[in-house]
Amino acid sequence: AYKRFSELLPKEERENACSARVPKSRILTLPELRANPFQHRICRVFSTSYDGDDSMSFEDFLDMLSVFSDSATSDIKSHYAFRIFDFDDDGTLDRKDLEKLVNCLTGQGEESRLSNAEMEQLIQNILEESDIDKDGTINLPEFQHVVSRSPDF
Amino acid sequence: RDCQQADIKYLSGWKQWKRTSSKSLKKVLNEVKELSSYLELWRHDIRSIEGKFGTGIQSYFSFLRFLVLLNFIIFILMFSFVTLPTIVAEYGIFNSSFAKIPPKNTEPHCTVYKPSGNKGLVYFYTYLKDLLSGTGFLEVTSLFYGYYTIDAAWLSVLRYNLPLAYLLATFAYLALSLLWIIKRSGEGFKQNLVHAEDQFQSYCNKVFAGWDFCITDPNAAQLKHRSLRYELQTDLEEERLKRKIADRTMKEKLRIYSLRIFINIIVIAVLSGCFYSIYRATVFSQENSNDVSNTNFQANLLVQYLPSMVITLANFIAPQIFSFLIRFEDYSPAFEIRLTLMRCVFVRLANIGVLLFSLWSQISYCATDKCKACGYNYELYPCWESEVGQEMYKLMIFDFIIILAVTLFVDFPRKLLVTHCSCKPVQWCGLQEFGISDNVLEIIYGQTICWIGTFFSPLLPAIATIKYFIIFYVKKISLMHTRKPAARPIRASSSNFFFLVVLLIGLVLAFIPLGISIAHIPSSKACGPFRSFNTSWAVVPDTILGFPTGVQQVLHGIASEAFAVPFFMVICLVMFYFIALAGAHKRVVEQLREQLVMVRFDPIFCTLKV
Repeated sequence: AYKRFSELLPKEERENACSARVPKSRILTLPELRANPFQHRICRVFSTSYDGDDSMSFEDFLDMLSVFSDSATSDIKSHYAFRIFDFDDDGTLDRKDLEKLVNCLTGQGEESRLSNAEMEQLIQNILEESDIDKDGTINLPEFQHVVSRSPDF
Repeated sequence: RDCQQADIKYLSGWKQWKRTSSKSLKKVLNEVKELSSYLELWRHDIRSIEGKFGTGIQSYFSFLRFLVLLNFIIFILMFSFVTLPTIVAEYGIFNSSFAKIPPKNTEPHCTVYKPSGNKGLVYFYTYLKDLLSGTGFLEVTSLFYGYYTIDAAWLSVLRYNLPLAYLLATFAYLALSLLWIIKRSGEGFKQNLVHAEDQFQSYCNKVFAGWDFCITDPNAAQLKHRSLRYELQTDLEEERLKRKIADRTMKEKLRIYSLRIFINIIVIAVLSGCFYSIYRATVFSQENSNDVSNTNFQANLLVQYLPSMVITLANFIAPQIFSFLIRFEDYSPAFEIRLTLMRCVFVRLANIGVLLFSLWSQISYCATDKCKACGYNYELYPCWESEVGQEMYKLMIFDFIIILAVTLFVDFPRKLLVTHCSCKPVQWCGLQEFGISDNVLEIIYGQTICWIGTFFSPLLPAIATIKYFIIFYVKKISLMHTRKPAARPIRASSSNFFFLVVLLIGLVLAFIPLGISIAHIPSSKACGPFRSFNTSWAVVPDTILGFPTGVQQVLHGIASEAFAVPFFMVICLVMFYFIALAGAHKRVVEQLREQLVMVRFDPIFCTLKV
């Protein structure tokens, strides 16, 4: 893992890899993230930088790898998945978050989006299935509840 | 990770070694799995089709791949147990020889069979005609039943009982096909049984857990995006239709049911029309192809192929009529597909049945006493199994030619017309969608012919393998270049199971003609491995008589009623037990579902308190 991280750094900073921060643009060149529609969210969630530029240090990188590995527990995975899906960082998944989520899934570009009616129907169904307290948003316990029953997670 | 590292310090050396070895074993297994998935035939092609056109069409292509493999295995089976020993014995390789025992207790006139392999100078077109209709030089090759006129083959000192091997190989390939199809449909069946139509939490599952985080290639990502979109659209579409169906009033229901009954009557009328025309065509073809000897090449070929042409025409027209009619019956899209498919299945398989029935009525038609002594029409059909084999061969070749011709002469010109000519009627026709049910029926029809025909023509599976192999590429090219994506995306999971069920129906329907030929119709005395027996099945009792007395008694005991009836009752009990178990599981799943819905409301109190 250290090797992969140091490959991302420009040559002159490689000795100091433990303390250096890799800018977001370099992280997005990783093959696993390149095709991922949630790449920006992933960088934002795992980055601990104070100036909001989404750069990642080595600890952040390790955090990311450990959460995505096979040996992470489902609790940890669902916790981080919640944070990734929460596009506006308000701690709940409301309709706007769900809409952005579905658009990410169906692909970029105008013709690959669902129509408005279909989107409404889909979000309605999702909320029906997972919103327990019927407040129109999905909070973390509800999300974890739903995900623990999903066979594909 | 810190916890793990802390753990490692406390573990002893033995446990550490166990942990590292289990990790490396897992790695090795993963790599082997990856490697074996590369060996899978056409993996990349099928994935790309899935991305562009949805999982419904992808299931058609994986079904095609399954049939290629099945036919290849059947061919290997028949070749190694039937053809290879015969060829080895005839050419005397490995010091082998064969024994041709002239049949006793039969009239001499039954044993006269002179297949006219082409001798002397013949016109070139005779070879073409023979290739297309299986007569002439092809009739005397190992392609047809008549070649295997050997009673026993001696390979060095071992005696190889060819008739028994022929029969057992037939049973073996039927059993193999049955087991393989059942195994493949087992997974789909389990899913169908436990999960009802409306899936619990299907939307959340798809949206939150839909993305495969291991995709690294942008193209693969595109494919995944498209297939996710198709799935979501399908689900929403089905839900909308369900709501529409639930909102119907009583008057509407009455109207729809009476309309459905009327349409079913029309369907039955269409079917009867097809069957009658096939019967007449077969009778006509058999009568005329035996009268004329060599007059007109084209006319002769036309007459030979008349049954195939009529069957193909019926197979083409009837589905069009059915898919036109089903629109009035107003079912959900999934059920529409299934019902049309069932009707088309019935048409296609029953057509083959009618053809075989008319062939048999010709073969066993006996007017004179001499003929009755043989049991079949020895003048016209001295080697009737080869005749049936030739009909199956013709059907298969014609089917293949039609598929190629339709792709070449209908799909591509249509595409050219639509892209270059912008007049209104042409644009209104537009490109065709890929009709999954039609194509699946085509290949199941071809496979049923192969199953029936392999007994009469042992090399037919090889032809079928090559045919399906070529068809895969032809269909793929036609799909990519001349078809538009379906307007109504169709879900594949239940379709997959349904294709296998239909294939199973085809297999069971193939048992019937084979059973009748083997056990009921007297085998021809002039050719083939069953000359010295009354029927093809008679070789089995004959062999059993050669066993030691103890084994004979055991086998007689198994076949007697004293054993069969209790055995049958035990099987019924076991079956009832499993059905009850499945029902109980289903009830448990439903109860748990209801409990979950109840549990949903409990946390409300928790959250309110907090």
